[in-house]
Amino acid sequence: MFYSIEELVDQANTNHNGNIAELMIATEIEITGRTREEIISMMEYNLEVMMNSVVDGLTATKSATGLTGGDALKMDNYIKSGKGLSDSTILSAVRNAMAVNELNAKMGLVCATPTAGSAGCVPAVLESASNKLDLSHEQQIDFLFTAGAFGLVIANNASISGAEGGCQAEVGSASAMAAAALVQAAGGTAFQASQAVAFVIKNLLGLICDPVAGLVEVPCVKRNAMGASFAFVAADMALAGIESKIPTDEVIQAMYQVGTAMPSAFRETAEGGLAKTPTGERLMEEIFGSDK
Amino acid sequence: MKNVKFKSVFDIIGPVMVGPSSSHTAGAVRIGRIVRSIIGTTPKEVEIHLYQSFAKTYKGHGTDIALVAGLLGMDTDNKRIPESLKIAHEQGMEVSWVIDREGKTSHPNTAKIVIHNDNSTTSITGISIGGGNIQVTELNGFDIALSMNTPTLIIVNEDVPGVVANITDLLSKKKINIAQMNLTRESAGEKAIVIIELDSQDIGDVVEAIRNLPHILNVNFFN
Repeated sequence: MFYSIEELVDQANTNHNGNIAELMIATEIEITGRTREEIISMMEYNLEVMMNSVVDGLTATKSATGLTGGDALKMDNYIKSGKGLSDSTILSAVRNAMAVNELNAKMGLVCATPTAGSAGCVPAVLESASNKLDLSHEQQIDFLFTAGAFGLVIANNASISGAEGGCQAEVGSASAMAAAALVQAAGGTAFQASQAVAFVIKNLLGLICDPVAGLVEVPCVKRNAMGASFAFVAADMALAGIESKIPTDEVIQAMYQVGTAMPSAFRETAEGGLAKTPTGERLMEEIFGSDK
Repeated sequence: MKNVKFKSVFDIIGPVMVGPSSSHTAGAVRIGRIVRSIIGTTPKEVEIHLYQSFAKTYKGHGTDIALVAGLLGMDTDNKRIPESLKIAHEQGMEVSWVIDREGKTSHPNTAKIVIHNDNSTTSITGISIGGGNIQVTELNGFDIALSMNTPTLIIVNEDVPGVVANITDLLSKKKINIAQMNLTRESAGEKAIVIIELDSQDIGDVVEAIRNLPHILNVNFFN
């Protein structure tokens, strides 16, 4: 088992030729006693659900509250128009992330990665990267084990829950996990993958969890879109050989400190941020009635 | 090995679930499902009390739909969860709601489910404590603490002497250790419920063996 990013990179380099997915599978076998085949087949189910969620979310229908739905489809049409300013790989990741979180809001089937509210980032980046890098089924599975390995370290040293650590812990963690997996999928080293994690978390540090009416819709859908797009930029920075001045483990420690110091109004209580704007409060009244 | 909260990659990548919220949707499905397994059949008449956060936000999170889906026996990744109210109606399950936003409960995500089947009444309270994890805190008026994180047997039996002895005897012969045990019943001579938390996850054919004991009405194992 690895408890820090430094240990994770060291163990991958020493025992698995720098392959983090292999380290994660070996660790999972050791901890759970399950066979390699069982573990791979469990991950295959998650992959299948993720890939379906990217497709199933791409509709014009709205959620029960009417707060979200249809934006992924708008992005899809925009990509097809060819007028996009950003690269189409990034834009398709943005579309995918919104599709998954819109589907989640519509009571569709998603794979919570690491949570339902941040379920868009990893599948979004994976689907988009699979097209760009022509990833095989095995490489897609490895992508998820790599993302999970970094997620485990973040979860055990900081948090993956918005109620505990704000949105930096949810979309921040998801985006960082996706960025790291992307680096390895593109042929980058374990160390470079760890640098991408640092880039994402450093830049989402302090992001609050302020869902309108307490629901997993606004701003969650669009935050996943940003998380997915940023994963690509962070991965490119790492692959360019750029390094974080602050070591990744210290960045994760900072995220923990920031989360602990964050007022409860900014931790999924709908008592601060966007939820407390005049429009946020009006939407809440419309959905739940004035007596809440 | 150090004591850490998350040990498996599937704590991070997963679970597969119908959205939108692990606590208010997936957790609610699990509460409904536990209730169903305790009564052992599809309830005919259900009264569902929602408290505090569940009462305030159930519409947006589909908590009501999720609880009924669980009562129908669905798991958190069942794609038919959104249709649960319609399916319940088709199966003749009558559901009524008591929405109590101000009622005091020990946990903000609390649901109390009261089942009337034929002449019997069963009441069960469940709380959703985050990430899809739940606890059962009350059964027929008795305070219990069932985390469902440990392997748990829930056995419904006729309330006659010797049933519990037969069950524990069988577990002892199979070398399965009991961590905690709860007994409750509707009223003397009616149905009784035995809840046993175990140390072992892999209990082989024990569920089938208990099912074949005399006076056993229903057995479920959660691990």
